[in-house]
Amino acid sequence: MPFLTLFLLCFVAPIGYAVHQSLHRTERTGPLGLGGQEREVFAGLANYAHALADDRFLTGFGRVLLFGVVQIPLMIALATVLALLLESASARGVTFFRSAFFLPYGVPGVIASILWGFLYVPGISPLVEIAGSLGLHVDFLARDTVLWSIANIVVWQFTGYNMLVLISQLKAVPDELYEAARIDGANAWHIARHIKIPLIRPALVLTTVFSIIGTLQLFAEPMVLRPLAATIDSGFTPNLHAYSEAFVSNNQHVAAAEAVLLAVVACVLSFGFLRLVGQRGNGSDW
Amino acid sequence: MITATLLTLAALYFLTPVYWLIVSATKNSADLFGTFGFWFAHPRPLEHLRDVLTYDHGIYVRWFTNSLLYAGAGALAATLLSAAAGYALAKFPFPGREAVFNLVLAGVLIPGTALALPLYFLFSTMGLANTYWAVLLPSVVSPFGVYLCRIYAAAAVPDALLEAARIDGAGEGRIFAGLGLRLMTPALVTVFLFQFVHIWNNYFLPLVMLSDSDLYPIQLGLTSWTGYADRRPELYQYTVGGAFLSVVPLMVLMTVLQRYWRTGLTEGSVKA
Repeated sequence: MPFLTLFLLCFVAPIGYAVHQSLHRTERTGPLGLGGQEREVFAGLANYAHALADDRFLTGFGRVLLFGVVQIPLMIALATVLALLLESASARGVTFFRSAFFLPYGVPGVIASILWGFLYVPGISPLVEIAGSLGLHVDFLARDTVLWSIANIVVWQFTGYNMLVLISQLKAVPDELYEAARIDGANAWHIARHIKIPLIRPALVLTTVFSIIGTLQLFAEPMVLRPLAATIDSGFTPNLHAYSEAFVSNNQHVAAAEAVLLAVVACVLSFGFLRLVGQRGNGSDW
Repeated sequence: MITATLLTLAALYFLTPVYWLIVSATKNSADLFGTFGFWFAHPRPLEHLRDVLTYDHGIYVRWFTNSLLYAGAGALAATLLSAAAGYALAKFPFPGREAVFNLVLAGVLIPGTALALPLYFLFSTMGLANTYWAVLLPSVVSPFGVYLCRIYAAAAVPDALLEAARIDGAGEGRIFAGLGLRLMTPALVTVFLFQFVHIWNNYFLPLVMLSDSDLYPIQLGLTSWTGYADRRPELYQYTVGGAFLSVVPLMVLMTVLQRYWRTGLTEGSVKA
């Protein structure tokens, strides 16, 4: 089974290795810790303690959680609204709109960030210029706004994709169901609220779980915007922090511990979310 | 009427940055800073794009080829592997099958970037870091693809047909290649597209793995340009031009292949 071999190499092995790395530290045997032989010694949970004692790492976690709590519902709601609108609109123009909304998904995160970066920076950005001529002073890259500027990039990129997943599920709903509801006197709003949304629940759950995982990995956008915004530091997101631990501070073991923590939090959050919606689905059937 | 207005507003939101990119790709660095962003100024698209392609001995073309190689070869291999694994998981009962499948499912939920750093540490001890393999090998493993292929194979490949083929004396390998793959084609198209876009868009893995700019995929190359742009302002213009050139083919592909995205993805979501 070649897949299993590669799966083991690329998924199981790195996890095992990360756990191993995270439990060890490098020690030099020379005097004063200089020169001499390097060797790995068992460090117990010291690296985890180090990571968890690092304020910036924790702040980064808090930041992506806040980001997710705001951005994910916003994006899923927008995707749902667009999907429902496209479903109910007359045939004309539907293809155009669907393509237009889906288009940004074809733009890689890095390019999207470069693009929006140009639209955020004063001096190049036509948006800032227009706002300025209206007498408004906007700063997309200030301390309070930069996180939401990043959220905008993510919404821009992934709304269309999520919309498409939702549309495909909507298409699976038999038309007779709508007919029956209409005969019973339900209006478009009722149909959307009581028939369509409950029926696309599995797709909503799926897109939300993938969004949670994506949010925790937030990296490319802040990394690309960093040179433009002084407010983005090397601990802006957990991923950015782990990256700079590994390559700037040369602290592999702490970076490994942080990668493990990231994976654990991602699993806990997505499973937690699945449990949550699972229970709610059984209890009150909405 | 409200529907049309809302849809138009949304389209404006999604298309404005793309429009800006098109306009800006025709400008030189001075106009990029000095003129209004949403309108043309001294458009010289062909000249500027030629500059992008020839800068630094055509490094851009090299990055583009690398991206095509990583995404194309990676996605193709990933599709075949997922097909084989999904087919095996669906059609051959073997001890520990459910355990393997659950392991794969857990793989879907683990963030790729959490794996990339340990993978780099591992690959550098194996001497694989900073090679084509460092990006290609992790790209051919797609837990999501296996998941999709298993579900699809279970539904679309009838056991009776396999029995018949076995009675006719066909080997398991031939049955898979001849029958299984053909019946699974719609799912395979989805897996290929999904993985292609995934690899093409991946930034963290190559960033971690590669230090030699000759091996860079396009994303990494472009960010290395923006990093130098403070010292060499013409690189701003090249970054915009390069972004434009790399986005166009993918956007065309997206629009054309949209309908394929639908079929397979629900396969996964309906049964999730």
